[in-house]
Amino acid sequence: MSGTALRLPWWADYILLPLLNLLLALLATGVVVVLTGENPLDAVTTMVNGAFGSGEGIGYTLYYATDMIFTGLAVAVAFHCGLFNIGAEGQAYVAGLGVALVCLYLDFLPFWMILPLAIAGGALFGAGYAAIPGWLQAKRGSHIVITTIMANFIAYSLMEFLLVNVLIKPGQMSPETRFFAPNAVLPKMDAMLGAIGIAVAQTPLNLSFVVALACIVLVWLLIWHTRWGYSLRVVGASPRAAVYAGIAPSGRIVQSMLLSGALAGGVALNEVMGAQGKLLINFPSGYGFTGIAVALMGRNHPLGVLIAAILFGALYQGGAELTFDMPAISPYLVVALQGLVILFTGGLATMLRPALARVLRVGPRGA
Amino acid sequence: MQPPAGQPPVTAPAVEMRGIDKRFGTVHANRAVDLTVAKGHIHGLIGENGAGKSTLMSILYGFYTADAGDIVIDGRKVAIAESRDAIAAGIEMVHQHFMLVDPMTVLENVILGVEGGALLRRHVPKARADLKRISAEYGLDVDPDAVVGELPVGAQQRVEILKALYRGAEILILDEPTGVLTPQEATDLFRVLAALRAQGKTVILVTHKLREIMAITDRVSVMRAGQMVGHRHTAETSREELGELMIGRKLATRLDKAPAKIGAVALQVRDLSVRDAMGVQRVKDVGFSIRAGEIVGIAGVSGNGQTELMEALAGMRRFEAGSVTIGATTISAGRPAMADELRRLGMAHVPEDRLRTGMVPAFAARESAILGYQDDPAYARGPLLDWPGIERYTLGLMEKYEVKPPIPRLRGSLFSGGNQQKLIMAREMERDPAVLLVGQPTRGVDIGGIDFIHRRLLAMRDRGKAILLVSVELDEILRLSDRILVMFDGRLVGELLPEHADERQLGLLMAGAA
Amino acid sequence: MHALDQIIPIMAATIRVAVPLVLAGIAGLFSERSGVVDVGLEGKMLAGAFAAAAIASITGSVWLGLLAAIATSAVLGVLHGFVCITQKGDQVVSGVAVNILISGLTMTLGLAWFAQGGQTPPLPPSARFSEVVLPLSGLIGQVPVLGPFYTQVLGGQNILVYPTFALVPLAWWVLGSTRFGLRIRAVGESPAAVDTAGVSVVRLRYAAVLIAGALCGIAGAYISTAQGAGFVRDMTGGRGFLALAALVLGKWRPWSTLAGCVLFAALDALAIRLQGVIVPGLGAVPVEFVQMLPYVMTIVLLAGFVGRAIPPRASGQPYVKDR
Repeated sequence: MSGTALRLPWWADYILLPLLNLLLALLATGVVVVLTGENPLDAVTTMVNGAFGSGEGIGYTLYYATDMIFTGLAVAVAFHCGLFNIGAEGQAYVAGLGVALVCLYLDFLPFWMILPLAIAGGALFGAGYAAIPGWLQAKRGSHIVITTIMANFIAYSLMEFLLVNVLIKPGQMSPETRFFAPNAVLPKMDAMLGAIGIAVAQTPLNLSFVVALACIVLVWLLIWHTRWGYSLRVVGASPRAAVYAGIAPSGRIVQSMLLSGALAGGVALNEVMGAQGKLLINFPSGYGFTGIAVALMGRNHPLGVLIAAILFGALYQGGAELTFDMPAISPYLVVALQGLVILFTGGLATMLRPALARVLRVGPRGA
Repeated sequence: MQPPAGQPPVTAPAVEMRGIDKRFGTVHANRAVDLTVAKGHIHGLIGENGAGKSTLMSILYGFYTADAGDIVIDGRKVAIAESRDAIAAGIEMVHQHFMLVDPMTVLENVILGVEGGALLRRHVPKARADLKRISAEYGLDVDPDAVVGELPVGAQQRVEILKALYRGAEILILDEPTGVLTPQEATDLFRVLAALRAQGKTVILVTHKLREIMAITDRVSVMRAGQMVGHRHTAETSREELGELMIGRKLATRLDKAPAKIGAVALQVRDLSVRDAMGVQRVKDVGFSIRAGEIVGIAGVSGNGQTELMEALAGMRRFEAGSVTIGATTISAGRPAMADELRRLGMAHVPEDRLRTGMVPAFAARESAILGYQDDPAYARGPLLDWPGIERYTLGLMEKYEVKPPIPRLRGSLFSGGNQQKLIMAREMERDPAVLLVGQPTRGVDIGGIDFIHRRLLAMRDRGKAILLVSVELDEILRLSDRILVMFDGRLVGELLPEHADERQLGLLMAGAA
Repeated sequence: MHALDQIIPIMAATIRVAVPLVLAGIAGLFSERSGVVDVGLEGKMLAGAFAAAAIASITGSVWLGLLAAIATSAVLGVLHGFVCITQKGDQVVSGVAVNILISGLTMTLGLAWFAQGGQTPPLPPSARFSEVVLPLSGLIGQVPVLGPFYTQVLGGQNILVYPTFALVPLAWWVLGSTRFGLRIRAVGESPAAVDTAGVSVVRLRYAAVLIAGALCGIAGAYISTAQGAGFVRDMTGGRGFLALAALVLGKWRPWSTLAGCVLFAALDALAIRLQGVIVPGLGAVPVEFVQMLPYVMTIVLLAGFVGRAIPPRASGQPYVKDR
């Protein structure tokens, strides 16, 4: 029995259970650490120190978290409409093109005009690329899981082609554009805080973190407090009920994918316009897939996504730190952990429910 | 099957269930239930929806395991933990929802689980011959190579019975077998059951229809609220006695129904044709009208186009041809309207499929309470939904329609079927629509709930509203309707007044035979 | 004659590339026909590739490597089964988890154990599957047209190629003509019918995911110890998803799935040849566009522009007895 028929107090379902599942994923990762010949407890200490022990560590943690907030929200919004968007990676990649085009060719404008244009460019390209699987799902019934997986591969090839043949900076070998002009790069957090007299360590953390936080609030309002969000959730929970209520599911499916792709486009803002200042090959480097773990762990709630994103940011940063201290451990450990988090908080989300119900001595379902 | 040595052959009953107890969470579905079924009898098991009949039979068939109690087959105690054990004991069940693999042939369905060996080719010819013999023996005519999904419902049921007999069933359980059949098909089924009895097979017939019990069974057991409340010889009992046992009191007298005060035409349907998702035409040239202050009932065996008709009228399905006029607005294929527009025009709809259509089980009650009316400015403050206001509104609905428990934040799936239905009815009726479409309003609702819902519908009619009622329950149609339309194969094949209609005449119309 | 010189190597390469696709495609076929969606083919193959290379390099035995690959991948199949069948979890989520987990795990363990940048040590020829020379190759090889075909396409392949192509008729026969196949088909369409017929849904589905796991393991071993000579990061390179695409294109049937796999393999073989080739009027064909072709084709098919792909009805849903 999956145990979903049992009733638990809300805090058990929304806080305790995800935490226990996370703990299981961490324990399993500990086993992997043992397999590499290192001491898992030492590894945890190093990671926590690396992620939160210094201003620089915190900066990097939040910088990574920025990407994961965007992709986590992207996956979560699609989930609310009943869609599993595995294509955030490809959408973020294509969004990079939108951001880069603005930053490369409109850099005669002042920064305050470039910023909204770049945000719009990334959102537009990400949304446009997500709209294709969305439209195919809505109008032709093509399963979005498969079409978004395929779209990722198409994005890899497409962007590689553009970078190698079209956008490459003349006279160089590596497939990347020239650096953007200084007025087309997002200010780093250390510079911004420094301007108002707060000194923080120099990190890639930039203005897009603030954009990410704003997106959290906006998505929360949109999904739970607007008629549009309500209709989206009806479509996700029961397409028939949506038709009954006069909501056209196909419209909501396309719209939710548009929003999802636009949110994934935030990665391009953080990486291309923020951290790198240029468009380079494979810049989303798996954040689209991390978004799945983040959304599942955060139970598709914007606040949960924020917490999970910071946790994963810390894992990335702490994991990078770990490789300095423990040569046997690689940053890929965090990728494995991601998989385990998806496994335990997603696939096995309800495994511990019956046991938890017994421990809490909550009566079984009644009405 | 030979009785085991040392047992007196005549006295050992085919089935004996003793002290069966089963809980689902807090629902006590079976309490200390005893049932004895004599060999070679047709034994009726009757009770209301939710009385525990299906649970009891599922335990006998190993689909569920009892929390307590014994099962004795042919005088021998057996442990039935899964269906396989039941099959080994000679028990087979024809489920209410057929357990068939649609894209496979009849033959493949019949041999599934009893293929005879690892390689099909070696065993299929014999299986085919056996199937042919059994078909002939009991008059169950089906083409073994037909694809099951393409067969009509009646034929699919024959496949289910063939499947059971092929497996060597000695005890056959049929769960509400006539629900999907026309009265004529039901008569055919009873002929088959009689043939089975003549061959010495034991049949348990689960139903909530008294008429069937009286027509075919030898003995009958009555369940109510999870308990066994009586066993009778059919010849020595009456419908009245069984009905009282079923509901625990005297059958309610007819509802007090004031004469209809008919007003102007509220809904006019002309030459309406509708196709389903597969492109099959399910509604064919249907035309009728409903006037304010009357209930028009549509009778018919399920699957004759009523579902598609209701969906089309409710704005859930496009028209192929024809038009519908509500108030001053005419909807047609060229001028479609979705459900939200129709609601604004004064149409309300209580759908037949409560859980999948009328509400969102995963939502809190207050969220389902605005389903369909989510764009109404009354529920919003500026661009945002006014949740505190919606919660107060939901609580009001719950109190007025006796929805229990009255907790607007409780998840919809945690209410009982009757309470879910009352919440949906409250939502649809409280907005005072001019036209109300109601599909299967009391399916799966207990008797108290049925009474409440019927009274509400009549009260609405008396307030001058037009109501279209679709139900497969003839009693319900006869009880509530001011006019009865009969639907068969997508067409309206007759119109009667309830005071002139009898079941036989309706049955013939429903079967397309009149 | 000149065209033939081009075609023979392309055909030979097509077969080499098709092998892991066919293995993974048939793996997915068993899993999905039983009602368990498997987007984790990629991860299982990758795990198999790593296990095969690691064990082959440690023991020097390619066969032990193969066994290790099958065992590792089968364990992952059972894990997927535990999530989807026993715990009734989301099948797509479970598959995605396996893919990401293995992508990270192989690199983590590879770096820790071999300290060669995540790769396993390069395998000597003795620890790889080598090419088979068919009998009479010297003689038949002299015959024009038939000769090169015999020695380079039919022969000149490694030992895993032959059973792989024999697997397709075998799968077709098992599904169509055996009791096990009948039950697998039934459980993917209507698990309740199988359950009430007294057959265990759980056991059937576990058998299917186990078969899928084992076949993915062979595919992985092929990639790292026959095609390649050791493990390299993410070396399956999306082949699991291509196999999934071929399965959809093939409408969950063995022969048409094979056709899809061979088509994709031919495109791949062609892409390498087409690099730098100038098409008159069009200029150079960008290799990236040939690479993306299989994915575009899959989307077009899924969109129903070329026939409809209808999956087994019960696939993706856990079997829950409801009241």
